[in-house]
Amino acid sequence: MTTLEAAEAQSGGRRKSGKRPPWMESPNPLTQIVKAIALGISVLLVIIPFWSVLATSLASQQRINESAGGMIMWTNKPSFAAYKAVLGGGVVTRAMVISILITVVGTLLSLATTAGLAYWLSRKSFGSKPVLMLVLGAVLFSPGLIPSYLVVKQFGLLDSWWSLILPVMVNAFNVIVMRAFFQELPQELFESAAIDGASSLTILTKIVLPLSKAVLAVIGLFYAVAYWNAFFNALLYIQTTDKWPMALVLRTFVVNQTTIGGDQIQASEVIPPQLPLQMAILVIAIVPILIVYPFLQRHFAKGVMIGAVKG
Amino acid sequence: MGQTSVTRPVGEAVTETRPTESDDVRGSKFTRSLRRLSRDKLLVGIGLPGALVLILFQYLPLLGNVIAFQDYQPYLGITEAPFIGLQNFSFLWDGNPAFLNALVNTLILTIIQTVLVFPVPLFLALLLNSLAGERLKRLLQSILYLPHFLSWVIVVALFQQMLGNAGMLNTFLIQHGLPQFHVIGVPDLFKALITTQAIWKDAGWGTIIFLAALSQVDQQLYEAAAVDGAGPWKRLWHVTLPQLKGMFILLLILRLGNSLSVGFEQIILQQGPVGLEASEVLDTWVYNNGIIGGNWGMSAAAGLVKSVVGVFLVIGANKLAHVFGERGVYEK
Repeated sequence: MTTLEAAEAQSGGRRKSGKRPPWMESPNPLTQIVKAIALGISVLLVIIPFWSVLATSLASQQRINESAGGMIMWTNKPSFAAYKAVLGGGVVTRAMVISILITVVGTLLSLATTAGLAYWLSRKSFGSKPVLMLVLGAVLFSPGLIPSYLVVKQFGLLDSWWSLILPVMVNAFNVIVMRAFFQELPQELFESAAIDGASSLTILTKIVLPLSKAVLAVIGLFYAVAYWNAFFNALLYIQTTDKWPMALVLRTFVVNQTTIGGDQIQASEVIPPQLPLQMAILVIAIVPILIVYPFLQRHFAKGVMIGAVKG
Repeated sequence: MGQTSVTRPVGEAVTETRPTESDDVRGSKFTRSLRRLSRDKLLVGIGLPGALVLILFQYLPLLGNVIAFQDYQPYLGITEAPFIGLQNFSFLWDGNPAFLNALVNTLILTIIQTVLVFPVPLFLALLLNSLAGERLKRLLQSILYLPHFLSWVIVVALFQQMLGNAGMLNTFLIQHGLPQFHVIGVPDLFKALITTQAIWKDAGWGTIIFLAALSQVDQQLYEAAAVDGAGPWKRLWHVTLPQLKGMFILLLILRLGNSLSVGFEQIILQQGPVGLEASEVLDTWVYNNGIIGGNWGMSAAAGLVKSVVGVFLVIGANKLAHVFGERGVYEK
């Protein structure tokens, strides 16, 4: 069985009807209950924090006072004051625009370079063997924090948004995954296209890429999530507050709980209470991931398995 | 990779006559590779930008490790800095307390995480796999995978809001007149907190690989075992687990290779309130000592030692897997 088929089988196919095979005994009720509880708790542990953050971000001053300044699970009168204040301009709005920009530009560049490199390496071509070794080496060795910092500094990228894109633009592991996918495409297609006089660029754009939408989607979204989430590189390379992406804003105002004042947000008259403001920032950082998540999720098993099995 | 012995490039036109022996002899090795380059120049052009990025940002920094042997000062630069031999590596043998503390913390966390964090996805995967309804299973999977996609900043923030002094748990305890339970900012509980966060974030995601392995187990094995009178537990023990052994060992090897890196971003974010003694690990020590403290040479040396040890750990663990008759990450 090829890896692709295995992934396919994993993401569906088997036991769709939910029927037990004839040889399987009917389940023991006690085990069923224990299982249900274990799974129920795991799922609740994931959901409750999200829910509580959302509820608190919508809470009014009065509701916060009722809960002694703590997190809440429910609010009767949702107030959007925190979102209005945070998104009306100021440091959070700016950070969000910056993060979106970095994510979009970075993902496009990443996909283009990764697909190009993977395509080169998937063909038996000039230089593809030594370069493949180079890519495999990059999977195994990490360059180390200090030397990476020095290289970024040497290129004059400190405090530039490019420092958040270029060093992570090509992920060697993603190259390997994509190359494996390209190699599983029917090679006869390429050969016949080549006989018809198609250049390698034409083959890439007209045959390979249209057939690889699934893997492009997964890897593109992996890159996008990585760019959106990037925290440490931003901490390392970005010094000016005006250039902060979302992650640094989150750290300063939510994790370190620096007070959010009138300078940081667009508040009409009164500044909303701190906790809903913090939670609104947190929600804004999570929502983009929730939006892409359903698309990402359909292709998980495939994307992960190709890379894992075909090293 | 490299499993076929076909020498003709796939992209090359099939109609082209194969080069005969005399063709090969005609040009020197150099001119032949020049000819291949001119044939493939478009393909090389497509792939080169990606390769260049890797060379500039993965391999060029490897050269930068030379400062581990220098008395590096930022204003001097790499070319000017004087070489001082192994002096930067002295932390390895002169009993540098900060380094030893970081090393001990790292090893403790690695052991805790390998024992506690590592098996959780396996249990979850077995639980999910035993569900009959495909729909329910997928719904649960999508919920459990979600935390993997959140950044550590978000995860740490969520934990603060749940377990912090003004968080959900303590608000609940206060409202019900119970004593508060401080978790965040308590040095003694720091490792437990880190471990819990790691489980929360990645246990669900870790099931993917086990679920895929489980779906590959031949159903006839279960049927045969059931016919022979094996109950559900016996089938789990004698069929499922042996079938997962290879995957388990593979993941363990990969884990071992990373055993000197434990939750860098996660710890950097939470170091403030608990102090360095409880929280410093090797990666954060390199950062705090080098970038913040300005001990560039020594930190680069530490990073270099760590990378080299990591590679040896992977190779060693892989050898070990071969000894046990498993495939490991790569074949011999």
